[in-house]
Amino acid sequence: MTLLAIDNLHMAIAGHPVLRGVSLELAAGEVLGVIGESGSGKSMTAFAVMQLLPDAARCSGRITLAGRDMLALDEPALCAMRGRYVGMVFQEPMTALNPLQTIGDQVAETIRIHDDRGQDDALRRAADALTRAELPPERFPMTRYPHELSGGQRQRVVIAMAIALRPRLLIADEPTTALDVTTQAQILSLLARLAREDGMGLMLISHDLAVVAGLADRIAIMQAGQVVEQGPVSLLTRGLTHPYSRALLAASTHQPARDGGDDGDVILRVRDVVRDYPGRRTLRGRAPAFRAVDGVSFDIRRGESLGLVGESGCGKSTLTRAILGLEPVQRGSITFRGQAVHPAMGNDLRAGMQVVFQDPYGSFNPRWRVDRLVAEPFHLAPVAPDVARHRVAEALEAVGLRASDMQKYIHEFSGGQRQRIAIARALVTRPDLILLDEAVSALDVSVRAQVLDLLADLSDRLGLTYLFISHDLTVVRAITDRVMVMQAGRIVETGPTAQVLTAPQHPYTRALIAAAPTLPTGDAA
Amino acid sequence: MIAFRLGLFLVLVVLGAAAVSLVWVPQDVGAMAIANKLKPPTLAHPMGTDHFGRDVLSMIMVGARTSIAVALVAVGIGMGVGVPLGLAAAANRGGWLDEIIMRGNDLVFAFPSLVIAILITATFGPSAVNAILAIGIFNIPVFARVTRGAALSLWTRDWVMAARVAGKGRVRISVEHILPNVANLLIVQGTIQFSLGILAEAGLSYVGLGAQPPTPSWGRMLAESQTMISFAPHLAIFPGLAILFTVLGLNLLGDGLRDALDPRLRRSR
Amino acid sequence: MLRYILKRSLSLLVSLLIASVVIFAAVEVVPGDPASYMLGMNAQPDTLAALRDELGLNGSLIQRYLGWVGGMLQGDFGVSYTYRTPVAGMVADRLAVSLPLAIYALALSTAIAFPAGIWAAARRGRLGDTMVMGATQLGVAVPNFWFAMLMVLVFAIGLRWFPAGGFAGWDKGLWAGLHSLTLPAIALALPQAAILTRVMRSALIDALSEDYIRTARAKGLTRGQALRRHALRNALIPVLTIIGMQFSFLLAGAIIIENVFYLPGLGRLIFQAISARDLIVVESVVMILVFGVIVVNFAVDLAYAAVDPRLRARE
Repeated sequence: MTLLAIDNLHMAIAGHPVLRGVSLELAAGEVLGVIGESGSGKSMTAFAVMQLLPDAARCSGRITLAGRDMLALDEPALCAMRGRYVGMVFQEPMTALNPLQTIGDQVAETIRIHDDRGQDDALRRAADALTRAELPPERFPMTRYPHELSGGQRQRVVIAMAIALRPRLLIADEPTTALDVTTQAQILSLLARLAREDGMGLMLISHDLAVVAGLADRIAIMQAGQVVEQGPVSLLTRGLTHPYSRALLAASTHQPARDGGDDGDVILRVRDVVRDYPGRRTLRGRAPAFRAVDGVSFDIRRGESLGLVGESGCGKSTLTRAILGLEPVQRGSITFRGQAVHPAMGNDLRAGMQVVFQDPYGSFNPRWRVDRLVAEPFHLAPVAPDVARHRVAEALEAVGLRASDMQKYIHEFSGGQRQRIAIARALVTRPDLILLDEAVSALDVSVRAQVLDLLADLSDRLGLTYLFISHDLTVVRAITDRVMVMQAGRIVETGPTAQVLTAPQHPYTRALIAAAPTLPTGDAA
Repeated sequence: MIAFRLGLFLVLVVLGAAAVSLVWVPQDVGAMAIANKLKPPTLAHPMGTDHFGRDVLSMIMVGARTSIAVALVAVGIGMGVGVPLGLAAAANRGGWLDEIIMRGNDLVFAFPSLVIAILITATFGPSAVNAILAIGIFNIPVFARVTRGAALSLWTRDWVMAARVAGKGRVRISVEHILPNVANLLIVQGTIQFSLGILAEAGLSYVGLGAQPPTPSWGRMLAESQTMISFAPHLAIFPGLAILFTVLGLNLLGDGLRDALDPRLRRSR
Repeated sequence: MLRYILKRSLSLLVSLLIASVVIFAAVEVVPGDPASYMLGMNAQPDTLAALRDELGLNGSLIQRYLGWVGGMLQGDFGVSYTYRTPVAGMVADRLAVSLPLAIYALALSTAIAFPAGIWAAARRGRLGDTMVMGATQLGVAVPNFWFAMLMVLVFAIGLRWFPAGGFAGWDKGLWAGLHSLTLPAIALALPQAAILTRVMRSALIDALSEDYIRTARAKGLTRGQALRRHALRNALIPVLTIIGMQFSFLLAGAIIIENVFYLPGLGRLIFQAISARDLIVVESVVMILVFGVIVVNFAVDLAYAAVDPRLRARE
């Protein structure tokens, strides 16, 4: 039985077309995976089903949900639908909950809006919903506030709100993108179980083919406001036909061609490094210190690409800042090219290390031109202006941009181009070591594949050494020779990448690998 | 956009009137003509005459200079001291310098500008300089707070981290990276404080803590008109309208500037 | 929660301490001797000494400061140089006018601003919003003392609904007192109401664009329900800040407005004291005003914690 039918849906926001003839179907008890890169219109399709759209949005076509024509309903009728017939789970659990209300009240609200039999009854049913979302009130009292829960727990509260009235359809818009990989696996299996138990239709929206592949019965691939291909999930292994979907699949599993690291001399030596953050000052003295990095030791050899994998809060960012000499360490030592690294170290030593950050939109001062942005590291090793100009042009060309891009401001570039500029900035002082801090995590898969190719090419051509920090095992597999796994401030496992990822020794590494969603193998692309 | 243009127009009229008054006014404000006193508005005197027979329009034009000068210098003091303090506090977030600056701010905030003016007047006697100082001191924590707030969020950006990786120190980053990115906000806050300064100057002059005779001032014109309001209401209406339109113009201008400048700031946030 | 209150109380005390030092120092800078000023040029040295003793002008700076603060803590604000009566009594009489005026104005301003701000935010971008915003632009730009004069012209001199000035006194009953404070309170409240309306509106609009509003709408709440149940309480935090700041503006503004209406409040007292160089009165009244501002800000801090569980959790 068809639960949701979207037929030739067009939508424009303030005259700007967003969806162009989207048609999708979803049956009760079925999981539909909607896949697309940013700007493909996948989230807008979901919001169109909910009819929670910006004021300037105009829809045409047909959306039939549980026999009702959503585009023909007035606002009160839509409010009666939302929460009762269709629930929604969002991407960002940290902001999706009202910070001033207890979680019990927020879940109970869904119930009271649609079926008010008093607060006591609503709270009882809220407790039931939270239990089904695996956040039982015995362990997580309903009087808690959102800030007292972790991201994964907050997402469970959002899910409990969405399923409290056992709706017919659940829409999950990138429900795990903001979560760690182990939490992601738990939330995905929770969603699958709830859909199965309630016979609920589940529309799972994601940029990640692997996430969808593990869960969906059918998939739909979207690009630029259109569904380019849809069918059973077995399409992924039996062969996609549309060129875009084939390219997307290829990019998701892309392995850049690399020469692999040579055995150079040790360039960075980290020994027993400990980094504590002092506890808060309170009226009774200081709270105990927080140990972010706990006795970490490793070497990086020249020309090598070393991966550092771990979930958020494991200390990898703190370690990065310590290696860059931005923060002091409490114990142990870091030596780079034989000299000690510390916040007061000399500029020549600093010039040997550069960094590329995760967010292509936050990595540049919006008021500077590209030439000045890329030339900023010359502060460490001043050169004559014409030399600097020449080197900036050289670096831009090395990352696949044009020298004439120097005159532009950063907002004129796309996310992928910005990440290339960030790499150019890291290259301009011709450093030996580049730290890549989640450098491709914010990019769409097709752009990510290109940037990975660029990084592989640069390291081969210029003999660069990389420390590649990431939460994403697929990316680490693609670009590193060796990998370290970090948990709670400690390195729990180190070894050649292929070996660690195929035959993990430490239980944590095993859990990480088990939790990571993978694409089914077949005659892919 | 209409509001912005209206604001710009009003501000230009006031600035123009003040500038013209430097070289020409319809009638010398020092010249008294008792025979001509308390005349309602006529063609010869578009805003009437006061109890000494002086032309009200001329006095308003000259009074604009006082208002603008006091408010402008007060904004200058507030920005000149407050912005560096705010930048320094943000650069040393959570440190003792930040703590001292913010506690100092809280303390100054506890003294409304009128109270500062009262203290200064009680000590040194009334004058326009007092008004400038009082409003200026009150502006310092305003600018310090706005600067610090905006700068704190900028300090968490990756591009500031990139500058640190490039070996730049806190002072250099504050000047090269932070200041240009808070400039828009400061321009907007500057127009707001400018208009508040006009209001504050008028209030202080009205109670006799601002500009002293014979310096013409809108606030004192209102104070002098008060006893005559029942038979010469024009004496109260025109200076009040002058203040109203000046402040309105500045506020509309500030809002327009914010709308024009802010989207960029929002997007990069 | 207890820690939060303790910490705030500590900072309240420190602020009061520093403020008292600043005020004392500012007044101490004044050249000349109040005693000789009071007695005139030809005073006898021993009369002068006796008076200096009576006024507490002898002793070192620190002794005099401690005497002043210690006295205030016991409700003794010293003796007025000009009236030769205890300052505490004078101030208490005047506070009975100024404080109700400020509270009356704050109540009016809040009563106008909350509905107006909520109404405008709910109609963002539509005609009603534009009209409210236009009105607030005017309200913010009007000097309150001028507005007061115009109201006197219309409602007192013209229509004779209200007295043009003076204070009936509380002994004639609550209504008579409030009646004579109504025009001053409106004059004080309107510009503040305009500011508060704008803050309320923009805080609500910010809150309405948060993710949790989208979550609430996905549960089936109408726009209005989402605004009332979720946006309003979140918008309260910036609004509380402004209400706290407004109280200090109202106290200061009252000083000016009292002049328009010839009200026997702290404002009139302080100007009389300045012209008579009665510095002990100036010192005390300024300290009371600053005390009021600091205590109100303390109350706002506590209100934050009542609204926001994240603050209660911290410390």
